[in-house]
Amino acid sequence: MQQPAASSPAPVDFEVEPEHYRHWKVAYEGPVARVTMEVDPEGGLREGYELKLNSYDLGVDIELADIVRRMRFEHPEVRVAVLRSGIDRVFCAGANINMLGQSSHAWKVNFCKFTNETRCELEDAAGSSQQAYIAACNGTTAGGGYELALACEEIYLQDDGNSAVSLPEVPLLGVLPGTGGLTRLVDKRKVRRDRADVFSTTAEGIRGNKAKQWGLVDDVFPRSRFDEKIAERAQAMAERMAAQVGKGSRVGVRLPRLTPEVEGRNRSYRHVTLTVDDQSRTASLTIAGPTADDVAILRKGGDAAHAAGAELWALRAYRELDDALLHLRVNNPTVGLVLVRTTGDAQTVLDHDAALVAARDHWFVREVLLHMGRVLRRMDNTSRSFFALGDAGTAFAGNLLELALASDRFYLLDDPDHVVHVGLSDLNEGALPMAHGPTRLQTHLYGEPDKLDGLVGNRALLEPEDADEAGLVTVRLDEIDWEDDVRIAIEERVSLSPDALTGMEQNLRFAGPETPESKIYARLSAWQNWIFIRPNATGPEGALTLYGRPERPSFDWQRV
Amino acid sequence: MSSVDLNSKIPNNVGLADDPKLQRALEKWLPNYLEWWHDMGPTDFEDKPVFLRTAISVERGGWANYDYVKMPDYRWGIFLAPNEGEPTIKCGDDAGTPAWLDVPGEHRNALRRIIVTQADTEPASVEQQRLLGHIAPSLYDLRNLFQVNVEEGRHLWAMVYLLHKYFGRDGRDEADELLQRRSGDADKPRILGAFNQPCDHWLSFFAFTMFTDRDGKYQLAALAESGFDPLARSTQFMLTEEAHHLFVGDTGIQRIIKRSAELQALDPNGDVRAQGGIDFELIQRTINYWYTYSLDLFGGEISSNASSFFASGLKGRFHEHRFEDHRAIEGEYRLPVVEGGKLVEKDVALRNAMNEVLRDAYVADCERVIARWNKTLETAGSPTRLSLPSRRFHRHQGIYAGHAFDPQGNLISAEEYEANRSRWLLVPEDNEYLLSIMKPCYEPGKFANWIAPPTKGIEGRPVEFEYVKLHD
Ligand SMILES: [Fe+2]
Ligand SMILES: [Fe+2]
Repeated sequence: MQQPAASSPAPVDFEVEPEHYRHWKVAYEGPVARVTMEVDPEGGLREGYELKLNSYDLGVDIELADIVRRMRFEHPEVRVAVLRSGIDRVFCAGANINMLGQSSHAWKVNFCKFTNETRCELEDAAGSSQQAYIAACNGTTAGGGYELALACEEIYLQDDGNSAVSLPEVPLLGVLPGTGGLTRLVDKRKVRRDRADVFSTTAEGIRGNKAKQWGLVDDVFPRSRFDEKIAERAQAMAERMAAQVGKGSRVGVRLPRLTPEVEGRNRSYRHVTLTVDDQSRTASLTIAGPTADDVAILRKGGDAAHAAGAELWALRAYRELDDALLHLRVNNPTVGLVLVRTTGDAQTVLDHDAALVAARDHWFVREVLLHMGRVLRRMDNTSRSFFALGDAGTAFAGNLLELALASDRFYLLDDPDHVVHVGLSDLNEGALPMAHGPTRLQTHLYGEPDKLDGLVGNRALLEPEDADEAGLVTVRLDEIDWEDDVRIAIEERVSLSPDALTGMEQNLRFAGPETPESKIYARLSAWQNWIFIRPNATGPEGALTLYGRPERPSFDWQRV
Repeated sequence: MSSVDLNSKIPNNVGLADDPKLQRALEKWLPNYLEWWHDMGPTDFEDKPVFLRTAISVERGGWANYDYVKMPDYRWGIFLAPNEGEPTIKCGDDAGTPAWLDVPGEHRNALRRIIVTQADTEPASVEQQRLLGHIAPSLYDLRNLFQVNVEEGRHLWAMVYLLHKYFGRDGRDEADELLQRRSGDADKPRILGAFNQPCDHWLSFFAFTMFTDRDGKYQLAALAESGFDPLARSTQFMLTEEAHHLFVGDTGIQRIIKRSAELQALDPNGDVRAQGGIDFELIQRTINYWYTYSLDLFGGEISSNASSFFASGLKGRFHEHRFEDHRAIEGEYRLPVVEGGKLVEKDVALRNAMNEVLRDAYVADCERVIARWNKTLETAGSPTRLSLPSRRFHRHQGIYAGHAFDPQGNLISAEEYEANRSRWLLVPEDNEYLLSIMKPCYEPGKFANWIAPPTKGIEGRPVEFEYVKLHD
């Protein structure tokens, strides 16, 4: 097993603040935000590559994710965000090739996953938060650059005889456009598949009117009138978005740094703790549930929740959980199994959820719920085994039950001296959907519709036996068996092939239908990850390995 | 136009008469080309007979037939230089194997891009130079200008032939677009930077033909090494014409230098401008400006495109046959790069440095011309010497773009650069001054005050020959 050496690079920090952005500028003008990408070539997260031509690495994307999140919480007045480049004639060249070439497989996969999540978050802002992104492609828009544009509501390309949109990954690098490009091309923009095929194999891409005709962009404008036309489109979009928003002004809520206590690889936030045990390759992730005080705030209504702002439990705890998950993924690569616990009082959690749902007419509460949904989806997409451990003092109820339903197994203690309650709230029944559409509860009981019907609408606390009966529990153990059985389950789990587990878990977690978002992860990312490790891409003679090098790639022609 | 007309109008050695597909493509394209020439070619001289050279065959001497021709009647031909023996791929992984007589699918997009980029420069320069006829310093120079213009037009034909013949519908679309882009247009600019710079007086024209056409020479020479045989032979033939363009630029500036040295000696204070001439500082600024814009045309110093073009055998080095190792898979190239605010030497893989290798040949060539110009100054007894600025100075492409360098190539601050800009590079006042002294001089044998006559005329004709008939 490879342990990170003492000299390994500093852990990635996922928290960033606007005053420290290196690669982006954001200007707010009432309902319109102008987001300008101007990547600092010297500002790579790791040594060994230059971020030329607005190409990006994880560090650039962490800032973008921060922009998108703050837009929703801190700048709720924004209806349209115009995304453009600060570099003349270059919009964005996509993920930095040299960075990909020198990265480990795990790094590439985590990078792609994070960028995908960011694009989904950006894309979802129009429908959920009435914040639409417009891609103003004022120059070459290649690879991940075009995929970023594809995540936007509308794409406009400068028509200067030169600027093209392109997905050169297949012909140039022997890999896929890995941030949803292929999926969005045919699923979202409904580009004909034969044209999509031509486009995705033409390295130089397509420009001008043909790009418009094929539906690759919404319109092309001459260079001299580009800014003016974009301003018109932004105005129209802002009005369209504003029509879907209720009256009354919205005051933003600042998101301060979480500042956890960090000791080695352990992180203690206010509500969340992440403890890593390198020896056993496990981590413990514990979330402290809301208190009676938290419930009291919510019961005063949306304005009180808004006044609590970033300190509101539902926002703070889930931001912490999000940060912990990201650290787990990127900075703790060898942890195979995460033991999830939620502490607190089950009834209080249910009360909390009821009060939260009652206040959901307030924009801020809605944003909090959307955020919780995204964090849980991040957990669904995390390639680690999760075991939820419902031992004494835990409260897997309401929104916290989602953590058990997101886990691969749920062990519940059945001890008459320490009764552990489980319960449902409205939040288990629609507000926090999975990426493929249904709730975690529906997915969990996909094959047992009767059990699902029996549970829906039930707001009573369930004792362990009832919870087991209802189909919520994987293994119910009494206090005598608990210790040994859980220990053996853990030891068995961490002994299995991590690759096989990742594949197995991702297949089992998403029963039921698909959405474009889930296709991006299940189909595109999965294929990409396979291609990434194939010799034709990353072998000594692979196209990605040799890109920028003097040798030409040579392929193994066998179709697999 | 019927195909019979087409074949007689277009001198060629590509079997146009027996190629209905090519005929059809050219029939459609030709009227648009003539319209473009009318709109964007030299203004107001369409009905004047010009003593022009026309290439009518690839036989010895066939490329140089002189006669009076009105420019729209010029016979833009299509020629491939003849092959000696079986052509082979000259460089890269497949060096030595038979050349491609047709476009290999694997390299189709790359080749199309190479050809379109080269083709785009040809009409661009005609557009840049279209107004110069009105302020020509002599009929001799006017004729040279028009000779360059019609040949750039023919070069466009040569490239369009390749696009029509070998690249199907995409190629035809690209050929159409070549007539739609316009030099310096904000919305439809030409592809490369130097071809969008204004060229509105004769000092810039001579500098352009000296430095920018010389980039063309090296690009064509590198493409003449292409494994795509029709491209190699096409560009080889273009090189014969290109040599004249370089001659016009080289001798044009040399004649200005000669005249300025005379005026310098003539003036009691050695003030060239007081005598209505072009001072050496201004000439140096012009060199700095056009030389550096032309350096940009070679592309990035460290380039994966250059590497893959070479590796695939699409584009070789200047005189590839003079190299021993045509694969160049090993070996490194050392060049200074900016790192952490300093210049440091760095080794890059030779293939990735192929643009720089070609640029080296170009720089050496320019140095030789500068030495000749300095010889002229020496002979005239002038103490002034001209020089090429560092290749890092005033760059818009490649690894030095975005950093400030002085003409000696030292890294300097952006403020220092801005403070010295007007000393180092052409400024608007320069243009105003040049336009104020550049009045047309259309009398046979007469030359404007700011330029010396050439030592001899064209094709054995005297200097005072009526090279352009402005009056019937
Ligand atoms: Fe030319
Ligand atoms: Fe030329």
